[in-house]
Amino acid sequence: MWDHEIRAMASTHAIIAASVFMATVIPAALVPGFSVYGTHLLWLYSVSGAVTAVSLAVFWLLGITPPTKKHTVGFKLSRLFRSCLYFFLSCLFFHTVVVLYGAPLIESALETFSLAVLLTSLTTLRCLCVLGPNVQAWIRVFSRHGAMSVWDTCLQITVACTVVGAWVGAFPIPLDWDRPWQVWPVSCSLGAMIGFLTGLVAAPAWIHYHRKHLTYKCK
Amino acid sequence: MKVRASVFASFILIFEGIGIALFLRGFFPVPLKSSFSSKNKLSDLPAEPLTGSSPNSSRLPQPLFKRVVIMLVDALREDFVFGANGRVYMPYTRHQVERGSSHSFVAKARPPTVTMPRIKALTTGSIPGFIDVVMNLNSPALLEDNLVWQAKTAGKRMIFYGDDTWVRLFPKHFMEYDGTTSFFVSDYTEVDNNVTRHLDSTLKRDDWDILILHYLGLDHIGHISGPHSSLIQPKLLEMDDILKKIHSALISKEAEGSLPYLLVLCGDHGMSETGSHGGSSEPEVNTPLVLISPAFKRKVGMERPAAVEQVDLTPTLALGLGLPISQNSVGRVIPGVLEETSLRDQLRFLHLNGHQLSCLLKDSMPDYEKEAGFEQFRVAEKAHGSWMKLFLEGNTSEVLNNMGKKVLKQYLEALAAMSSALSKQLGKYDMYSMIAGMVFVFQLLLVLLLAMPEALSGAAAVDLPVLPALLSLPFYLLCLLLASVHVLVCTSTESSCYFCSLSWGLVFAAVAFSSAMFCILVSMATRRLPLGPKIHGKSPLGSSGSEWSLSELDVLLLAGTVGQTLSLAASSFVEEEHQIWYFLLNTLCLAVFQDVCRKYFREQSGSGDEEEPILPSKDCHPPAHPKAEICSEKWLALATPPFTLVCCRLLRSLNQTGVQWAHLPDVGHWLNSSEHRTVLSLLAAFCLVLIYLLVQRRCSWVSKVALALGLLGVYSYRAAVGNVLFPWQHSGRTTSKGTVEARFVYVFILGILFTGTKDLLRSQIITADAKLKSRGLWEIYSGLVLLVSLLFRAHNLPVLCCCLLVQTLMAQFIWKKLHYDAAQTTIMHYWFGQAFFYFQGNSNNIATVDISVGFVGLESYVEAPAIFLTALSTYAGPLLWACHLVCFLSSQRDRSPVALGHGCYCLALLRSVPAAAYIVLVTALRYHLFIWSVFSPKLLYESMHLLLTAGVCLFFNTMEQSHSSSKS
Ligand SMILES: [Zn+2]
Ligand SMILES: [Zn+2]
Repeated sequence: MWDHEIRAMASTHAIIAASVFMATVIPAALVPGFSVYGTHLLWLYSVSGAVTAVSLAVFWLLGITPPTKKHTVGFKLSRLFRSCLYFFLSCLFFHTVVVLYGAPLIESALETFSLAVLLTSLTTLRCLCVLGPNVQAWIRVFSRHGAMSVWDTCLQITVACTVVGAWVGAFPIPLDWDRPWQVWPVSCSLGAMIGFLTGLVAAPAWIHYHRKHLTYKCK
Repeated sequence: MKVRASVFASFILIFEGIGIALFLRGFFPVPLKSSFSSKNKLSDLPAEPLTGSSPNSSRLPQPLFKRVVIMLVDALREDFVFGANGRVYMPYTRHQVERGSSHSFVAKARPPTVTMPRIKALTTGSIPGFIDVVMNLNSPALLEDNLVWQAKTAGKRMIFYGDDTWVRLFPKHFMEYDGTTSFFVSDYTEVDNNVTRHLDSTLKRDDWDILILHYLGLDHIGHISGPHSSLIQPKLLEMDDILKKIHSALISKEAEGSLPYLLVLCGDHGMSETGSHGGSSEPEVNTPLVLISPAFKRKVGMERPAAVEQVDLTPTLALGLGLPISQNSVGRVIPGVLEETSLRDQLRFLHLNGHQLSCLLKDSMPDYEKEAGFEQFRVAEKAHGSWMKLFLEGNTSEVLNNMGKKVLKQYLEALAAMSSALSKQLGKYDMYSMIAGMVFVFQLLLVLLLAMPEALSGAAAVDLPVLPALLSLPFYLLCLLLASVHVLVCTSTESSCYFCSLSWGLVFAAVAFSSAMFCILVSMATRRLPLGPKIHGKSPLGSSGSEWSLSELDVLLLAGTVGQTLSLAASSFVEEEHQIWYFLLNTLCLAVFQDVCRKYFREQSGSGDEEEPILPSKDCHPPAHPKAEICSEKWLALATPPFTLVCCRLLRSLNQTGVQWAHLPDVGHWLNSSEHRTVLSLLAAFCLVLIYLLVQRRCSWVSKVALALGLLGVYSYRAAVGNVLFPWQHSGRTTSKGTVEARFVYVFILGILFTGTKDLLRSQIITADAKLKSRGLWEIYSGLVLLVSLLFRAHNLPVLCCCLLVQTLMAQFIWKKLHYDAAQTTIMHYWFGQAFFYFQGNSNNIATVDISVGFVGLESYVEAPAIFLTALSTYAGPLLWACHLVCFLSSQRDRSPVALGHGCYCLALLRSVPAAAYIVLVTALRYHLFIWSVFSPKLLYESMHLLLTAGVCLFFNTMEQSHSSSKS
């Protein structure tokens, strides 16, 4: 049963990683002058769009989202609406945090917001997919000993990796090397991306090696 | 020998301070000096080279100039004259540069670009060592061979008006002088009028040969409002008018047949984009040098001025005036100036310059003969001799001329090579002293680290095996070994070494100390090693036997401390260190926020079934606690970290520091501009009120009154100085120095400190009253706050205000409620202290030290209080946080009686790790391009901070001592 879940997770992650790869390669072939540094925002949007679409599709197909009791159309709609709202709020939250970290307030607001969108689509979206728009569940998962399933642990690992990646990505900015990837927000978004991909690889691997020690309480 | 952790930590810090002092002495090389203490004389000049016959004439060419006027404009940047705006800023000068008979150059000043080292460089021609910056504030007479001395000896009559640094450097050298003091930086008209007022009468007279004018106004404008301020243009136009006046006076005095005049316009250093100076950025280093004289060819148009070294002016002036070049000069004569003289004279001038350089080279380098320049000079001298022979024989052919040109070129190459070899020589380090200092520091650091389990244990006492170490055989053997190494090193090296020049008693004490430390180290390590695995399993650092589980916060604190230490290796990270601290502080606040959320939300959601409640906070509160209060407390606790984050973000945009983004507009500049003075006044008043409200709540009523009056005095001081407005005051007021107001505040500061000390002493001697004691401690703290609010510039008062606010909120809702232990609290305090150091506008550059603070409430420069006040206001952030740490930990005494000891130990550790790592880094990077401009100032900051922390630890020590005495 465990192996089954881990295998499902690994294949999901492989699909998402492939979508990131495709979102980088396909526009490079189609759009003239596309590059990760040069047209960074374009790359950023294409990647976040791809990750959003693919995660939504995959998680819906897998049916990991906790089953809801009601199946009325109105409930589904309100759920959808709340998810969109959370998505937007999370963008604002990341934007605020990045500004608090010292990003200019007005000057490059678009760049900062794009980074926030990327971070949201890499972290919050997964939460939405796995846990649904349920803040209580989010708080539970992200507190100590709060994971209740393999997917919760996986969520913890990928989100932590992404955030740490973006955090580490900010370090090269003050260096006076004048490289194209030191421009705001290239290093941070690349860091977040690398962190995310690492998380995708690390989560199934870590769970696989620790499956003996992992115990989850049932609800 | 068992000592308490705080005693141990202070002891270690003090000795580390001594070790670092030794390191610094070795690191900052003494400036290049000729071994002869005498000065060059006319009679010592070498004869003109001539092959064949015996050296005949020591003929000197005629001087080029009769009168010289040097107009030195402080902080004159190269682009003020040569740049695109030059035509608007200095129209007459620009016309002379483009069309007049002049030479213009971009003179490169060497860092440190600070006035006094630059004046020394301009007059001696040598490159003063970095240590001159430290000595900048008290400049004793210049004893080295210099141009002014040479001119006086040659009977030239000199007049000087301007910055009184010159008068102090050259006492009794000037026939007439008027020095103006440069310390009241806010004044930029009076300083220059004081110089100009003598000019008309002086220019009419004929009884002088050299006139030196040093204008300070431009520099002051730069410090106040930067190079793009609206004040710059009128000031430069004023300078231009003065130059025009001098020039026309010189032209009208010009007599037929006599030697021509020379008018020199130069700057001592430039001005960075923020208006300060001291570093090595292009705008700070590049200064204009314009030489105007009828002896030069008329220019036909603007050409890009060539680059020369600033020190090149010295030999040029010396030769132009017919004086010997000063002994330690490393400059080379500017060839353009000589171009109108005869070839024979040109060669002779270059020969004189070369001879002086080769003498200096011989003195300062043991293997001077291997230097390429020295060899080139020998060759050129020979060629010169044979050329002279042909010349004296009356040969006037084209061949001779070409040959002369070739000799000239050889000379110039030789001069360039020798000059650069000498400049390189300046970077010599006294490695032995440096290594000795490093060994001390590292032994102490290792002892500190090895003592960690004991120091952080419940007893907070360290067992130092001093006696066994002193009585052991290895100690004596080590003493002998180290002493013999010392003798061996000192007898074998040729270069001077500070550690070797120490007296035998001191050296022996150092050797004994080092060996004792080594023995203690070994015995502590052996004690730790076999026991460690048995008791604590895998982790030898485990404290009090329990398993060490690191929370996310602990990981962050450890990783941040280590990462910050490592980041010092990159010059950009040293320049932009504030970014690292801001970044870490933000992350810390977020981590704390997460902790708070976890505490309150987890409790709420799972109060029943949780097997392990994270914090037993329910037990702390009596059940009678009203529910509403708990709820409001919860929301306040939740709001504290975001509020801190917002505060930090606002403070960050108050003062832009560092290098890369320093030029960006910040709120501080906006507030300081004259049109926003009302806003600044309101802000300052609001901050002062807030400071009062935050500080007064734990003071006695006497201190409350004193504090209120003191803060009122602070505002009136700022109003008197002209930074803020009184509501009833109108624009037509005169600015004073505010001495009376500042002294008024000092009285109250002393009063508060006195009551605080009295309370402390009473609590210690008469009654063991913990409440009285914490009040006394808080009063001392509030005295410090009052002093800092007096010293801070008006736009920096929000920094102080936010500091107090964050301290209050964090102490109330975070540190107490979340039960962080002493070590965690100490690390957080230290991080906050570091971040506030940069929030107040400091950087790792000497230029941001605000020396005008040293004159608050003083009529004139008095060394001791000035240095004390400057240091205090520079390190206000770390100091306030460290003092708050003492207050906080001693108020937590009933919870953990050894908190003070733990805090002191952690503080010592936090300070010694980066300091020790940094001296190793600096040693490894000593040939780095930025060693003087980036790494050395940081080294001074680090050692100063270490000294300060040692002081704070001693304070901790007395506090803890009184605790234990009041307990018993
Ligand atoms: Zn200056
Ligand atoms: Zn200055």
